[in-house]
Amino acid sequence: MAISMALSSISSSVSSSTSVGNPRRRALHLKTQRPRTVFLGSKVECGIRGVQHTDLSRNATFHSAKATLSELLRENTTSTSDLLLMHDEGLELYEDMILARSFEDMCAQMYYRGKMFGFVHLYNGQEAVSTGFIKSLRKDDFVCSTYRDHVHALSKGVPARQVMSELFGKATGCCRGQGGSMHMFSKEHQVLGGFAFIGEGIPVATGAAFATKYRREVLKDDKADAVTVAFFGDGTCNNGQFFECLNMAALWKLPIIFVVENNLWAIGMSHYRATSIPEIWTKGPAFGMPGVHVDGMDVLKVREVANEAIARARRGDGPTLVECETYRFRGHSLADPDELRKPDEKAHYAARDPIMSLKTYLIENNLASEGDLKAIEKKIDEIVEDSVEFAEASPLPERSQLLENVFADPKGFGIGPDGRYRCEEPGFTAGTAQV
Amino acid sequence: MVCNTCLFSVWQSCMMKACRMRKLNLFYGIRVRAKSWSYVFGEDVGFGGVFRCTTGLADTFGKHRVFNTPLCEQGIVGFGIGLAAMGNRAVAEIQFADYIFPAFDQIVNEAAKFRYRSGNLFNCGGLTIRTPYGAVGHGALYHSQSPEAYFCHVPGLKVVIPRSPTQAKGLLLAAIRDPNPVIFFEPKWLYRLSVEDVPEGDYTLPLSQAEVIREGGDITLVGWGAQLAIMEEACVEASKEGISCELIDLRTLLPWDKEIVEASVNKTGRLLVSHEAPITGGFGAEIAASITERCFLRLESPVARVCGLDTPFPLVFEPFYMPTKNKILDAIKASVNF
Repeated sequence: MAISMALSSISSSVSSSTSVGNPRRRALHLKTQRPRTVFLGSKVECGIRGVQHTDLSRNATFHSAKATLSELLRENTTSTSDLLLMHDEGLELYEDMILARSFEDMCAQMYYRGKMFGFVHLYNGQEAVSTGFIKSLRKDDFVCSTYRDHVHALSKGVPARQVMSELFGKATGCCRGQGGSMHMFSKEHQVLGGFAFIGEGIPVATGAAFATKYRREVLKDDKADAVTVAFFGDGTCNNGQFFECLNMAALWKLPIIFVVENNLWAIGMSHYRATSIPEIWTKGPAFGMPGVHVDGMDVLKVREVANEAIARARRGDGPTLVECETYRFRGHSLADPDELRKPDEKAHYAARDPIMSLKTYLIENNLASEGDLKAIEKKIDEIVEDSVEFAEASPLPERSQLLENVFADPKGFGIGPDGRYRCEEPGFTAGTAQV
Repeated sequence: MVCNTCLFSVWQSCMMKACRMRKLNLFYGIRVRAKSWSYVFGEDVGFGGVFRCTTGLADTFGKHRVFNTPLCEQGIVGFGIGLAAMGNRAVAEIQFADYIFPAFDQIVNEAAKFRYRSGNLFNCGGLTIRTPYGAVGHGALYHSQSPEAYFCHVPGLKVVIPRSPTQAKGLLLAAIRDPNPVIFFEPKWLYRLSVEDVPEGDYTLPLSQAEVIREGGDITLVGWGAQLAIMEEACVEASKEGISCELIDLRTLLPWDKEIVEASVNKTGRLLVSHEAPITGGFGAEIAASITERCFLRLESPVARVCGLDTPFPLVFEPFYMPTKNKILDAIKASVNF
């Protein structure tokens, strides 16, 4: 009884499932309570229907809020041609996804040839999420990622050369070879990293969003309307940091979008076996922000949701939680034999390859010709090849770099009394020099 | 907690060659069978774990006793403390020692202090946290850390680190049966590398007792975990130059066996400590300070520490960061020729 009482206070935010083109879902009958809300930038006020349902497994009756899609869709014309994009936009999206796929495939090749080492996590299959969101961002918007971050960096604009060099550990990498696969940073493109630890990036993104809001509202800088996007996985949604940040972001109405790349697996643990409520999007309204579920294998749908969420954040209306249902075609990392996932699950998602879907779409709707797409693929092949050559030709970092940047003083701990790096003293690698 | 050795069934097969990871599996069988209220849990332990330490356990003992947890280290350890406080044996796995920090609060503030602050009404002695630690060659910043020093600063915890499969089995069984919370760091470098004949059956090795693995008279070397293999190589090289080294494996870092080290230093007059963790504030500092207190007049040269550099664990520079055989050898010579 206590559970149903607690749950029956419905927040003013609303969750819904935007799958344009799918049959509309009706709110499930019953009790009507009529708070009004504006959802995701819609100009239509819609009513929240209180939905009462009984969960027999928990012997509790509780309410949840679902907006009636019909009210929302009334403003979105659903004619297919409107959904789209222009020719250029289509090609841009395609190019970005092809870059992502080719780059990741090349990473795998380089890894097995021994040029790259360590723990490398590839993004194959999830390109629609990265492209759909990041291509709608501005250059000064922030992106915070996870260890599966090569493609987020690439989509944001970090040159492929820099990313590949970083993977090889070379001095020309985006972090000078200090970070490696899991730590891609870029000041120029506002990529706040690559985090090896799950969930560590979410508070960092929340802080960045707060800084933007502060500049706008306290320091009265009208141009400070950068949006922060935090990407993370389904496993992270059981971690404390996620919930702490949802709370803070909603409390302070931060310009941030929490994007869950739900690929259903956390190494070998299925999302459904680890999570009491697998619908992650429902956790947004619990904290006071809209939660949206979108098909993460369809770049157009992702883009649609992304545009709304970004506009919402930029206007100052606060955070959004977006759950993208997606899938990784490869194992968790290159060292993962990927034995646990069933072949039919893999086949199901392979058939929904985002790149193939977009390609089919573009061609069927005469937005691009085969020739255009082939030209793009060729161009990307050259870019990726060039990045590998560049990375191979680049030098390894100087030994002195090992001691740099431990503290704000770039030289860190290892400075001798004469002001020189201790590691430049003879005998450093032999072990006799003091450090 | 009563420890019923008669409940353990002894494996029927004869001694078999087992690599480290399989050894861990053998011991687990013994441990988990013993009490129907022992549990093994952590991230991905169900299918065997990322290092295959728990392969087959879920099939043998059931998913109600060997299960996966969601990805929340703080929750995993806290939950383990609760289980242990209710009289169970909880073996929590933290997938990499680098991930133990969200759980640091629970370990330091709860696990270590439970018995103390409840006046012995409750305790979480049944908790054992096992976690792979240390460099592995390609782990970089977040898969190679050695956080043992942070935990050695916490009264109420025990910290145990084995150097080989045989040691690991005995020490882990002892750790689980010990009526105090224990953190068991497993050198991940050795998961694949270390191959040994491990006795089947049940045996424990004593905690808080160091072991002299090589006798010598000129200098005492103290280390633990994978670093001992490197130190042993250095000892062999040093012996070619006429320096005879005594090598001690601490095995338990907290509480550590001061007597054996003191006795050894009283014999040799020189001490060198080596560990992978950064030198400043590493556990070598504690050993150096304690031995200097106890053996000041006997020491012929300052206590040498050959450890990792004071930087975050690097990516490409791992060979320069690590306390390699050459660095140790140089330090041995410097100490002997002081």
